[in-house]
Amino acid sequence: MAADKVDPIHQFHIVKLIPINVGGYDLSFTNSALFMVATVLVASAFLYLSTSSRSLIPGRLQSVSEMGYEFVSNMLRDAAGTQGMKFFPFVFSLFMFVLVANLLGLFPYFFTVTSHIIVTFGLAALVIGTVVVYGFTKHGLGFLKLFVPHGVPVFLLPLVVLIEVISFVSRPVSLSVRLFANMLAGHITLKVFSGFVVSLSALGAVGVAGSVLPLAMAVALTALELLVAFLQAYVFAVLTCMYLNDALHPGH
Amino acid sequence: MFVTSAFAQESAPATEGAHTGTEGDTHSGTGVPAEAHGMFPPFDPATFPSQLLWLAITFGLFYLFLKKVVMPRLGGILDVRSDRITQDLDQAARLKGEADAAVAAYEQELAEAKAKANTIGQQANDAAKAEAEAARKKVEAALDKKLGEAEASIASIKANAMKEVGTIAEDTASAIVEALVGGKTGKAEIAAAVKSVAR
Repeated sequence: MAADKVDPIHQFHIVKLIPINVGGYDLSFTNSALFMVATVLVASAFLYLSTSSRSLIPGRLQSVSEMGYEFVSNMLRDAAGTQGMKFFPFVFSLFMFVLVANLLGLFPYFFTVTSHIIVTFGLAALVIGTVVVYGFTKHGLGFLKLFVPHGVPVFLLPLVVLIEVISFVSRPVSLSVRLFANMLAGHITLKVFSGFVVSLSALGAVGVAGSVLPLAMAVALTALELLVAFLQAYVFAVLTCMYLNDALHPGH
Repeated sequence: MFVTSAFAQESAPATEGAHTGTEGDTHSGTGVPAEAHGMFPPFDPATFPSQLLWLAITFGLFYLFLKKVVMPRLGGILDVRSDRITQDLDQAARLKGEADAAVAAYEQELAEAKAKANTIGQQANDAAKAEAEAARKKVEAALDKKLGEAEASIASIKANAMKEVGTIAEDTASAIVEALVGGKTGKAEIAAAVKSVAR
């Protein structure tokens, strides 16, 4: 059926590969889980194999790994200072996971892990959870100073505190929705334009000629999505660094 | 356009589903699998436990692997490199210091040698001057001696001549007296007269 081929939502369907049901919860190994495993394997294998020679003068692949390492390292140090470096493995894992998941999703017929809000929300909740737990263990109730900026007139304080609390609570939402929505919208757009190519080509010679335009568009969009895949991983990591900075230095 | 309307028919149910996300089985005709419940898949809570579980497992393992294996290795590579660069820079600085010291030592030696050459030259100059002076003095002394001798001989010759002058004057006087007065005058008389005149 033609509709099947061009349904832009079809790519987001979760398919159970190994059904697992524990205590009424569906914990099946799905295509989403498969691509999480693939993401982890690809990222781990790349980082592990590219650095296996430990060359003093890096080869191409090793410099890519080193670039990623130093990129995240500088990002974290700029945002959260040297104290923030204890979160370096966490931020680096997040960045690599999101980046590789986004990039893998660009391959045709591949499932995009980060196009599901529960996945991005899980990662965002992990970030905010780390911030809250670390903030309270490190500063105790002093962590609440985060919501009381310095130099605000007393009569404005309740309002400002309210705004700060709302902004803090909305962080996991904005963090997860930003990544999710970008990946979702990108993949739908890509699918729609690819769908044009298929349905136009079915119309004969004129359609084949006319399908050149959406094909070019799909190619351009793929390039754009490549940029978005990297950019969203970067944005996710940068925001994580900034939130961790709040946990380290709650007073503004 | 014909083509666009054809596509719109196909995509409309799906986008509708995306907006509402709560439609029932009305979209089963679009080929949605049974487990998706006809709902926009990313918002289907039935898939949440499984996705969260596998996310926790995969991301947890990934985190541990990066923390225990990859990052110490990458950090090690970068540390070794920066150590090596620092070492090389240190060595370069050390070698430069050595080269500078060598240049300084060379210049000092050169200055010393110059000074030594100057003193040697000065000494030779002084010695030559002293020698010349001594030779000059010797020559002068010899000349002085010769001059003295000459003067002495002149004086003796002069004295002899002066002595002769008396005799000549006596002879001349006696000759004159003889010529003028005629007759012989006593020799002693004339000598006395000459002596009184010469005095």
